[in-house]
Amino acid sequence: MPSKNFTPQGHYVAPIEETPVAAVDVLDETQKARSTWADAWDSMRRRPSFWISSILILLILIVAVAPGLFTPIDPRSCQLSDSNGAPSAGHPFGFTRQGCDVFSRIIHGTQASITVGLMATLLVTLVGGAIGALAGFYGGILDTLVSRLGDIFFAVPTVLGAIVLMSVLPVRTPITVAVVLALFAWPQIARIMRGAVLSAKNSDYVMASVALGVTRFKILLRHVIPNAIAPVIVIATVSLGTFIVAEATLSFLGIGLPPTIMSWGNDIGQARTSIRTSPQVLLYPAAALSITVLSFLMLGDVVRDALDPKARARR
Amino acid sequence: MSQPVSETVSLLEGEANAPLLQIRDLEVGFETQRGIVPAVRGVDLTLYAGQTLAIVGESGSGKTTTAQAIIDLLPGTGKVTGGQILFEGRDLTKLSAREIQAVRGNDIGYVPQDPMSNLNPVWSIGFQVEEAIKANNIAQGKEARLRTIQVLKEAGLSDAADRLKQYPHQFSGGMRQRVLIGIGLSSRPKLLIADEPTSALDVTVQRTILDHLATLTRDYGTSVLFITHDLGLAAERAEQLVVMYKGKVVESGPSQEILANPKHPYTQRLVAAAPSLASRRIQSVKHQAPDEAEIFSEGSLDDALLARAAEREHAAPTKDLISVKNVSKMYRIRKQGFRHDELLAVNDVSFGVQKGTTTAIVGESGSGKSTVAKLILQLESITSGEIEFDGQDVAGLRGSELLKFRRRVQPVFQDPYGSLDPQYSVGNTIAEPLLAHKIGTAKEREARVRELLDQVSLPSATRFRYPSELSGGQRQRIAIARALALKPDVLVLDEAVSALDVLVQGQILNLLTELQTDLGLTYLFITHDLAVVRLVADNVCVMQKGRIVEAATTDEVFDNPKELYTQELLAAIPGGDFEFGR
Repeated sequence: MPSKNFTPQGHYVAPIEETPVAAVDVLDETQKARSTWADAWDSMRRRPSFWISSILILLILIVAVAPGLFTPIDPRSCQLSDSNGAPSAGHPFGFTRQGCDVFSRIIHGTQASITVGLMATLLVTLVGGAIGALAGFYGGILDTLVSRLGDIFFAVPTVLGAIVLMSVLPVRTPITVAVVLALFAWPQIARIMRGAVLSAKNSDYVMASVALGVTRFKILLRHVIPNAIAPVIVIATVSLGTFIVAEATLSFLGIGLPPTIMSWGNDIGQARTSIRTSPQVLLYPAAALSITVLSFLMLGDVVRDALDPKARARR
Repeated sequence: MSQPVSETVSLLEGEANAPLLQIRDLEVGFETQRGIVPAVRGVDLTLYAGQTLAIVGESGSGKTTTAQAIIDLLPGTGKVTGGQILFEGRDLTKLSAREIQAVRGNDIGYVPQDPMSNLNPVWSIGFQVEEAIKANNIAQGKEARLRTIQVLKEAGLSDAADRLKQYPHQFSGGMRQRVLIGIGLSSRPKLLIADEPTSALDVTVQRTILDHLATLTRDYGTSVLFITHDLGLAAERAEQLVVMYKGKVVESGPSQEILANPKHPYTQRLVAAAPSLASRRIQSVKHQAPDEAEIFSEGSLDDALLARAAEREHAAPTKDLISVKNVSKMYRIRKQGFRHDELLAVNDVSFGVQKGTTTAIVGESGSGKSTVAKLILQLESITSGEIEFDGQDVAGLRGSELLKFRRRVQPVFQDPYGSLDPQYSVGNTIAEPLLAHKIGTAKEREARVRELLDQVSLPSATRFRYPSELSGGQRQRIAIARALALKPDVLVLDEAVSALDVLVQGQILNLLTELQTDLGLTYLFITHDLAVVRLVADNVCVMQKGRIVEAATTDEVFDNPKELYTQELLAAIPGGDFEFGR
């Protein structure tokens, strides 16, 4: 239907040698095969912050497992004559009020702090992840019950709940502290898992699997959870740091680990009395705590960028 | 590259007929970590006032990028790296951001592709139209409100004044696209760029919208630059055609001439593969000598299809493999509190599918065609009625009986990006059904995966790859391979080729036809695309609002449609009433 002011234009054909026609939809076999995880690894290892944080974390883990490698000094053989002593040869960080070596106490305190952090994170991820996945996948009454239960725990701040519970517990070990922290922290992971599962379970590949005759539970394990796990991993990495802080908070308040167990929180708590005269007693364990937490936060950041392609694209 | 003819014409007719838009040797690239990746490589095109020009190409051909470069809306890191865009003699690539802003909206209007995402859901329609009117300084204050109503009226919304306060979710897709067209034309621009303006809409809606757009632009004397992947639509709606391939113009000129006599091999391929055009041709080619059919090269609709078209004429009637009797499906839609609405998605539907044939269920969005597919696949339970498969009622199947049924009836879904688990390698994806039904040892399963990849014409090394590395067509092949793993009798193809580019679509249709011949498969083909139906189906059921309004053989439905709705659907196929040569 040419309009009235139609201006004819010529029929132009591009030179065929300049515009060769390729075969339709051929697989590019020169490229290497890549999974999502391989892609994530690729993007992570390009980031300096990944290497910095993972080397630090590795170092902290080695310290936690074998503190003896890093200091020959027994943190428990303290001499009151050294009370609040300044740094000297072999004692780079000085002495506590009780005359114990600060450096040695930090090294030996790593184990308790890291144990609490790792244990709590593991518990939260497994329990919260499982609850969230089941609630999201099966829905119905289960979902309603679990979600409301989660809301109840969610309404109680983790540390507040832990303070109340820890003050009535007869035994206080790194494990009980981890369990108590996990008890109040699981709803966060459960919520995230539930949301991710909800979006993954409505995808076509799940429907395709149903039609293939794969059982519901196997679909949950093989398709839904692997596709929903990424945000959980990110939150877990970040919350590991916050659990270590929570342990320190509880120990500082005197209701975390008992004073017989060395931990950064205990040391920070005991340093209260000598902050003015010898601040190093407070500063060094606090610095150890900050560096550890920052390392995990940094790693969490890198992992999130790697697993969330949208964040990657913005870079 | 140049277009010699336009020079002489403008000399003859003088200044009055200077081109409105002239793109010369345009190059656009996207900056990446590995340097600039070219998307548009030396494009020339000329558009005169009052003319309509369509850029046709597949995804990735650079057609949208070209349009975006004109109004400086290139996404992300894209930028013009060379060439000129002359609009009324001014080079748009040289303008500052502020200057181009004055041109955009005022002199050049833009209608985006997706009406669903291009209106802000938290603002009312009236607010958004008024915003555009004020931003372009068309009118201010009270006058702007009056102008808003006028714009919406012109866009074809009769009760415009009442609709001002409504929100986008209260509008249908077609109405939203009308609003966007209204916004695009509100300033009476000299040029309107319409980027796939109706691709997301049903054919009948598409037709009314395009008719309306044509009327408006003719009345205002607006030039239109269409961006489309649909050759039929381009031919019907534009006088001039520019065919793009891999960032270059391969052919341009009057659309009728190009379609009647495509010269570039790529254009020839496109014309040969477009179902809306080819379906018309099948009848004629059937009677021709076989050597003439050789012109259909790769990606075209080849001999197998034609052979089937001939074969289906003398297929002997046998017993129905699937028989659907008076089936209804009611959905309960939860509303606030404990109340709920009932939606009858499928209403008293009956039809039969014979073994080895293809039955198409055609309908627009919301017609219930996909629900029928899910009911047959036993992915949803039926509310009333009966579905029999091979003489057995499938509604009550449980446990191992259901598993046995699932082995025999397999689906292929529309979205090739959603139907494969991104975490699974291709090999694991195809082997999954074998594993689920505990068939064979690991070694036997691997052999079967290779065999299946071979059947869908993919190299066996594909099994180590992940879906994100594959194109849409390749993913759909994987989905077909997975569906074939259990050697089923029936494939339910739910819009299985709708998301693919024409050439790829042609390939997949050929593949399906070959597989049907080789394996004796029965297809249930769910689609909105009547043109494709004509190519592949033996029988057609036309659905509207949950009911089957017409059911007959393909030839009957196309040659002699009885229902008004079917006639409307047929008339709405773009390019349907256009004569094409080769």
